[in-house]
Amino acid sequence: MTTKISFRDVVKTYPMREGTFTALDHVSLDIADQEFVTVVGPSGCGKSTLMSMAAGLVEPSSGEVLVDGDPVSGPGPDRGVIFQQYALFPWLSVRKNVEFGLKLADIPGAERRRRAERAIELVGLSDFADALPKTLSGGMKQRCAIARAYAVNPKVLLMDEPFGALDALTRVQLQDQLLHTWSQEQRTVMFITHDVDEAVYLARRVIVMAARPGRVQQIIDVDLPYPRTEEIRLSPEFGRIRNEVWHSVYHQAPAA
Amino acid sequence: MTAISAPQRKAAGRAEGRRPRRSIALNLVAVVIGLAVWTLLASVGVQGMPGPAEVAARAGELIADGTLALDALASLRRVLLGFLLGTLLAVPVGFLMGWYATARGLLEPYVQFFRTIPPLAIIPLAIVLMGIGEVPKVFVIFLASFLSSVVATFQGVVDVDKTLINAARVLGASDRTIFLKVVVPASTPFILVGMRVGLGSAWGTLVAAELIAAQEGLGFRMQQAQLYYDLSTIFVGLIAIGVLGLLMDRLLLLAERRLTDWQERR
Ligand SMILES: Nc1ncnc2c1ncn2[C@@H]1O[C@H](COP(=O)(O)OP(=O)(O)OP(=O)(O)O)[C@@H](O)[C@H]1O
Ligand SMILES: [Mg+2]
Repeated sequence: MTTKISFRDVVKTYPMREGTFTALDHVSLDIADQEFVTVVGPSGCGKSTLMSMAAGLVEPSSGEVLVDGDPVSGPGPDRGVIFQQYALFPWLSVRKNVEFGLKLADIPGAERRRRAERAIELVGLSDFADALPKTLSGGMKQRCAIARAYAVNPKVLLMDEPFGALDALTRVQLQDQLLHTWSQEQRTVMFITHDVDEAVYLARRVIVMAARPGRVQQIIDVDLPYPRTEEIRLSPEFGRIRNEVWHSVYHQAPAA
Repeated sequence: MTAISAPQRKAAGRAEGRRPRRSIALNLVAVVIGLAVWTLLASVGVQGMPGPAEVAARAGELIADGTLALDALASLRRVLLGFLLGTLLAVPVGFLMGWYATARGLLEPYVQFFRTIPPLAIIPLAIVLMGIGEVPKVFVIFLASFLSSVVATFQGVVDVDKTLINAARVLGASDRTIFLKVVVPASTPFILVGMRVGLGSAWGTLVAAELIAAQEGLGFRMQQAQLYYDLSTIFVGLIAIGVLGLLMDRLLLLAERRLTDWQERR
């Protein structure tokens, strides 16, 4: 399998009043083409930072990040990003937000509307297509941000806790939807979450990170077949992997 | 999921926007009390002070012979001209300062320095350099509105949420697109607030400028009246200035509400 995203010995430091703060300490990680990985770890361990590097929004202090074998030189529509903070344009309606990227890609009017419509329907916001973000709940804003990223159909999806603000039911629905579209369109997905269940349910591999300094603690393979079903979610094997991830996240040995 | 339906939300929005009757009633009561106090003060004979009736009569005369309209128009023309020129220049300059560090470094010292000088203090200089015609007055108003709008615009651009810029960048937006489609709309609320402040200070500056040197205008009329101890005319002038200032402010407020309806207000 070819490698889609490659982090090579990536270090990220921020200057502090005294010395420097190491947000990421020599992280190396390969994500295969069409692979679905999830990233879990304690708050502040550098998950968002790592993802922003793949997005081309943050440059590594040393080391390199490659996408399709080429060093990342900036953001681009080939990599869709869903931000932890929604980042909707508040002056645009849900529909206009979703069409924003399609307009930039010069997609003609009728096709643009059709694709926006489909993405909005996918996240269940059809009744609110003409609403402004200020009238949406947190979960609805998040779904709008998801639709905006889906609409441009990127080869890579970088998702930063995209389901964090959702209720349990919607969350499960969107997980299944995400897996469904992923299996059809064969994208590479890097998905950050705080939820161990979610991490295991979605991924082929779970990347567990540790903090201070941010680094990869352990990579846990999820040897469960796709499509993932409720049956799998409730199986003993799922429970076993879930426990393993749980331990890796919550019983981390302090840094040497 | 969310139970609230679209029409319900609209209804809630309308009720929120309407001012409660109670508060309008209270405003009216305040006006009536104010007029009563004024009448009382005038009748107990505070130093030749005219009562509301006298002032209303004088206002009637000034309206009838066209003086009030002429003066008001002269004042408004100066303000609007200076304000428009000032704002038209301030917005691009503010954007430049917010977007390019070089422009900021070069312009900020001047903007910050001139901002600390009250525009009125420029009047003597303006009169010496530009004579006593229309130019110095319009110039001072121009300066007042330019300075407040430029700072607001610049602050608005600097304060644009970085995540929004990043969201546009990852969707493939060029710098130009980011500027036009993200920075401009995101800073509109700041610009409009700056314009309101600018208009307020322009109006205040104008009347003062007319007190010093003019052949017509509300300030000039009051200055003339002062020479003849004509307090009624002074009152008419004051009220006209207040009413016009309030009207212009409300108009801009309305525009602001319209254009920035998308903002979350807490
Ligand atoms: N611009 C910055 N300047 C200084 N420190 C930063 C900056 N950005 C991030 N950091 C630090 O880097 C560390 C990692 O941040 P990051 O946002 O990647 O964490 P995270 O794993 O996504 O956390 P969370 O789960 O809370 O979202 C944090 O300790 C943060 O304080
Ligand atoms: Mg984060």
